[in-house]
Amino acid sequence: MAFDNETTLWLSGNEAIALGAWEAGVRVASGYPGTPSTEIMANLSRYPGVYTEWAPNEKVGLEVAIGASFAGARALATMKHVGMNVAADPLFTAAYTGVRGGLVVLNADDPQMHSSQNEQDNRSYAFAAKLPLLEPSDPAEAKQMVGRAFALSEQLDTPVIVRITTRIAHVKGVVEKGARCETPAPAIEKMPAKLVMLPGNARMRRAAVEKRMQAARDLVETLPENRIEPGVGKRGFITSGVPYNYVKEVFPDAPVLKLGTVWPLPEKMIRAFAATVDELIVVEELDPFIETHLKAMGIACRGKDLIPNQGELNSFIVRKAIAPETIGEVFAPLELPMRPPNMCAGCPHRGLFYGLSRMKDVFVSGDIGCYTLGFLPPLSAMDACVCMGASIGVAHGMAKALGASGEGKVVAVLGDSTFMHSGITGLLNMVYNGTYASVIILDNRTTAMTGHQDNPASGRSILGEPAPELDLEELCRALGVRRVTVVNPHDVEATRKVLAEEIAAPEPSVIISRAPCVLLPEEVKRVKPPYFTNLDNCTGCSLCVQMGCPAISWTPLTPEEALARGYREKQKGFAQIAEVQCNGCGQCACVCKFEAIVQREVK
Amino acid sequence: MRQSGNILFSGVGGQGILLASELTAHAQLAAGFDVKKSEVHGMAQRGGSVEAHLRYGEKVYSPLIELGAADILVAFEPLEAVRYLPYLHRDSAVVVNTRKILPPAVALGKAKYPDTIFDEFASRHIKVVAIDAFAVAESVGELRTVNVAMVGAMSNFLAVHPEVFLRVIDRAVKSRFSEVNRKAFSAGRAAIHA
Repeated sequence: MAFDNETTLWLSGNEAIALGAWEAGVRVASGYPGTPSTEIMANLSRYPGVYTEWAPNEKVGLEVAIGASFAGARALATMKHVGMNVAADPLFTAAYTGVRGGLVVLNADDPQMHSSQNEQDNRSYAFAAKLPLLEPSDPAEAKQMVGRAFALSEQLDTPVIVRITTRIAHVKGVVEKGARCETPAPAIEKMPAKLVMLPGNARMRRAAVEKRMQAARDLVETLPENRIEPGVGKRGFITSGVPYNYVKEVFPDAPVLKLGTVWPLPEKMIRAFAATVDELIVVEELDPFIETHLKAMGIACRGKDLIPNQGELNSFIVRKAIAPETIGEVFAPLELPMRPPNMCAGCPHRGLFYGLSRMKDVFVSGDIGCYTLGFLPPLSAMDACVCMGASIGVAHGMAKALGASGEGKVVAVLGDSTFMHSGITGLLNMVYNGTYASVIILDNRTTAMTGHQDNPASGRSILGEPAPELDLEELCRALGVRRVTVVNPHDVEATRKVLAEEIAAPEPSVIISRAPCVLLPEEVKRVKPPYFTNLDNCTGCSLCVQMGCPAISWTPLTPEEALARGYREKQKGFAQIAEVQCNGCGQCACVCKFEAIVQREVK
Repeated sequence: MRQSGNILFSGVGGQGILLASELTAHAQLAAGFDVKKSEVHGMAQRGGSVEAHLRYGEKVYSPLIELGAADILVAFEPLEAVRYLPYLHRDSAVVVNTRKILPPAVALGKAKYPDTIFDEFASRHIKVVAIDAFAVAESVGELRTVNVAMVGAMSNFLAVHPEVFLRVIDRAVKSRFSEVNRKAFSAGRAAIHA
């Protein structure tokens, strides 16, 4: 746009990271979508000379990147913080093998849980896996540090983690553009003592890890990413990542040690800085990671006794914690109706959850995706949600604990992409060990929550090119499930009937609830005649309102108003469809018993 | 001309707040400022409350606006204006689109839409300008220009020349939508008096 020119760009952190990886000569990149990391891979896929893909989960994605590195190529794996848990197995041993081509693991934490189920601080992974970790403060630094991470990876023979947070990923800023660097062509080179991690070799590599981390500790003392910004006064700050910005806003003149490498820490630089100030305050988001290691070094400092360890920080929180006297007047927030996110008008998940909401005795073991919103009122049809794919294992475990008392009352619900991510092994376990619990796969033909990424069942690659399309029914049968039923969730009555039959079945049963996400581009384009309310027929039963569709609203009536409109005196109100919002799914027409909901004629 | 400032955009997922904040950011960049902008994607897009923070100045560190520090609030919906009251100060300007979008609890008849929104600002002596951006968009013949009309209204409070915004719009939207978006900007700008 207006500002972009030959050398200067206006980019989000995720766009800047994609550019940084491309400039660093990355050849292979793999990842699984996850807010706030998703746009990195989506953007990188548009650059020439780099192979990108959506993997079915983060473990596979990291293994692909490790393989590319073993072939001598620079490789990138991207994931959100909880994805790192999934990828932890290969991560901890790749720390032993080291790399051939540079290997960077891009990890996006989500303090404040804007779009996550927890706010774990993944800096601890660097400590636990013995890997260097870089943390940028804004998009420009993010781009630069990705380049540094590739160089360090090869220099130190180690995977390197770059940790960002939501306020890097989805912050836009000014970024300088560079050129793509040349990297050696990949080739097979056998080095089994380094790459085959059986105990004899692994013990040797374990020693190499310690040698490398010592080299890293020496190296970080002189890296420009770690710097002392001299200032006025005897109160100094040590900070890194996004919180650095808040320190600069609130204490623009104070001495600051800005850390770019959070692991290993530049101990000599820290000691030198600490010696110049009387009071040392560590400002970091989430866990006291830097603070704990400073204290282990015997350096006196303050940190989490001042700064909250929950939620993301901002300048105001830092100011309130350290310099409350500088806060001016702040208006108190008002009590207002909340506006939580909701399933879209015409969302196929609604029809399915409406059916579950009518089965009050059934425990719905949920999962991670748009459909987690099935938890919210008025549907209130989800009773547990832990992590990607957990719905199936949790349902199986509940059934085993409940025994006969839980028969016909336990069901797992998860999306197509989540099922492929980490639900398949759970279903295999159900079949192998036997259960009466059922599984519902919400197949909306895409990975919707993160913005419609393709997946192994969508029939398209990351570039939108045709790809083999997983047959979910055949997969379930191959795993040994004998009862596999496909339903159209927009047909609310038929769906309810199948739910009743299959959840009651005494053996493993899979229901595939199949209808495309209404936000898929082809669905947005499709002509979908809206429904409208024939107010003469509305009896105010509110069944349609109970579906929680954003296109349907309720108008309450007093007895006088009801009579004036020609309704019975005791009619409490009427429902009405906003036709501009209606996506024509027809679910509400299915539940209306009074023919008050009618579809417009197809033109 | 102000050397730094904070502009907060608020509204409901799907109203085009990202484009509005993007146009504003580019206009400030063209005016020679450093700019940072923060958005939230993911869960927030499904019809929930959304916000975008835009900060400009000689050098911007924090991508987030502090409480009590928003100079301009561009609210695409009245309830989403008053929700951000703690971000405002007594010299803030609030540009608010008057078209209501009922939150779920109100649509279900379980909560009441507050009817004292404008009083809340008035009692704190905060300057509010109301605009029916939907009507403005309707008048230029394209309902999807509500966000550009809002940018037009807001532009009254910035020292950036309107021509800069129009050039940014030309580059940001497909050429066949350029004219209607220019009109929406100008109509939005003319709809209020700063």
